[in-house]
Amino acid sequence: MGYKAQFRVWRGDDESGELRDYVIEVNEGEVVLDIIHRLQATQAPDLAVRWNCKAGKCGSCSAEINGKPRLMCMTRMSTFTEDEVITVTPMRTFPVVRDLVTDVSFNYTKAREVQSFTPPPDLKPGEYRMQQVDVERSQEFRKCIECFLCQNTCHVIRDHEENKEAFSGPRFLMRVAELEMHPLDTADRRDAAQDEHGLGYCNITKCCTEVCPEHIKITDNALIPMKERVAGRRYDPVVWLGNKLFRRSSKKS
Amino acid sequence: MTAGINAPGRARIPVRSLRTDRWWLPPLITNLGLATFVIYATVRSFMGEWYWVDDYHYLTPFYSPCISESCVPGSAHFGEWIGELPGWIPMGFLALPFLLGFRLTCYYYRKAYYRSVWQSPTACAVAEPHAKYSGETRFPLILQNVHRYFFYVAGIVAVINTYDAIVAFHSPDGGFGMGLGNVILLINVIMLWAYTLSCHSCRHIAGGRLKHFSAHPVRYKLWTFVSKLNVRHMQLAWITLGTLMLTDLYVMLVASGAISDLRFV
Ligand code: SF4
Ligand code: SF4
Ligand code: FES
Repeated sequence: MGYKAQFRVWRGDDESGELRDYVIEVNEGEVVLDIIHRLQATQAPDLAVRWNCKAGKCGSCSAEINGKPRLMCMTRMSTFTEDEVITVTPMRTFPVVRDLVTDVSFNYTKAREVQSFTPPPDLKPGEYRMQQVDVERSQEFRKCIECFLCQNTCHVIRDHEENKEAFSGPRFLMRVAELEMHPLDTADRRDAAQDEHGLGYCNITKCCTEVCPEHIKITDNALIPMKERVAGRRYDPVVWLGNKLFRRSSKKS
Repeated sequence: MTAGINAPGRARIPVRSLRTDRWWLPPLITNLGLATFVIYATVRSFMGEWYWVDDYHYLTPFYSPCISESCVPGSAHFGEWIGELPGWIPMGFLALPFLLGFRLTCYYYRKAYYRSVWQSPTACAVAEPHAKYSGETRFPLILQNVHRYFFYVAGIVAVINTYDAIVAFHSPDGGFGMGLGNVILLINVIMLWAYTLSCHSCRHIAGGRLKHFSAHPVRYKLWTFVSKLNVRHMQLAWITLGTLMLTDLYVMLVASGAISDLRFV
C-alpha cells in the first residue's frame, strides 16, 4: 500500500541552506530513514546523511523530524498521515557539516573532561566485586547509545551558544552521576559536577528525558539525585555541621 | 529569537521551531492551573472567616495551625500563642510561607513554572524568548538548593494536618461523629502525605545519598518505596492542589451555612 509522501529536507552547509521539497514513495512498514535512503537513491544522490545500524542502537541517525529531535531509523512512517508534510532537518544545536550531518565533536570534548572511573588503588582489574543492588542505578545510565539527542534538545546550549563552554549537558552530567553512584568509584565528584560540568545550569525541565530513545530517566534518576548530592555538600548547613562535629566523612556511606 | 539556534555554523533555519503539534498547549494549561490555585488560595487565606465548623470540628488546611487570639473558639488546636492579628496577616501565617516555599522549590513545580511562566524553555526544541540564561547557578535561583529544609517543615505540617483530620471525627454532642467532611479531610491528608513523601529530597534523604545499598538494607527498602511514589510526583502535585481547594471549599460552604454536612454517624 505505497503512497507518495511530501517531504521537506534541509539541504545546505555551514554557510547557507534551505528546506527543499520532495515527493517520495513510501511503502508499508517503513521508517523515515528508509525514505531518506530512497531519496538519496533516486532524486538526490549527493544528500549527506549519517547512519549505521538502522536498529536504534548506534546513535548515528539523530535528526529533527517535524521539529522533534528523534532517531530517523526509529520513527515509523505510520505515525504520520498520508497528506502530512514531513520536515527533516539536522540537529540544530551542533554545527552542520552538510545536509543532515552535524559535527558532534562538542560531545567528545565534554566526554574527555569527565574524570575517568577511579577504583581503589589497591584493587587490580579482575578483583572487582560488587553487588547487583549497588550497581543498579549506574546500569540504567549504561543503556545510553550516545545519540546526543538529549544534548541537542537541552535549551541550556541549544538556545545559548555561549553556555557550551561551562555546561557539559545531560549526557555527561549523567556520566558523572553514574560514577558518583558506582560502588567502586572512590572520587568525590560533587564539586566537579557543579564547578566544571555546570550542573547548576540545568533547570530540570526534563527535555532530555523526553527525547531519550532509550527512555533513560535522565532528570529524575541522574540530574536531580546529583543536584541533591551537591546540595548536601555545598548548601546544607546541617550536614556541614554534622561533619564538623562528628568528623564524619560522608563518602564512606 | 535567541542567539542559540542562529549561532554561526548551525543549520540556517529561520524559525523558532518546526514542531507541528500543539506544543503551546501544555504550558498554557499549566499556567491556568497554577493561576487558579494561587488566586483561590490568596483570597481564602486573607478572607478570615468560614474556616472552622464548630459542630463537627472541621478546620480547613489553609488555617492550620491557627495560633492567635483571632482564631474562632475551638479552632486553635495547639493554643493561642499570640494576640489578635491585624486583618492583613492570614491566620495560617505560621505554616503558609513554608508550604509555599516547599512547593516553589519542589523539583516538579520548578519544571512546571520554568516552562510555563518563565518559558525557559516553553516546550522542548522550541527556542526560548530569553537572550541570556544562567539557570540555577546564581542568586536568587541558587536558593532552590534549600528544598530539603522546606521538606522537613512540610513533614511537620503534614503531622498537624493529620491531627486536624483525626480530631474532626466529632459530633455536636461531644462524642464520635462522622460525615462527608471527614472523608474529604482524610483523603486530603493522605494525598498530602503521598505528595510530601514522594519529594525528590525525601528520596535522597531516605537512601538515595548512599553509595552502597547492600550495606543499608532498611534504607534501601525505604528508598525503593519513596522511588515508587516519586514516579508519581507530578500527578500528586496536581492532585493535592485539587484536594486542598476542594477541602477548603467544602469547609467554607459548611461553615458559612451554604450547605449542611452529609452525616453518616
Ligand atoms: S533537564 Fe536539565 S539537562 Fe535535561 S534538558 Fe532540561 S535543562 Fe537540560
Ligand atoms: S542519554 Fe539518551 S538521548 Fe542522551 S545520548 Fe544517551 S541515549 Fe541519547
Ligand atoms: S541508524 Fe543506528 S540508531 Fe539509527
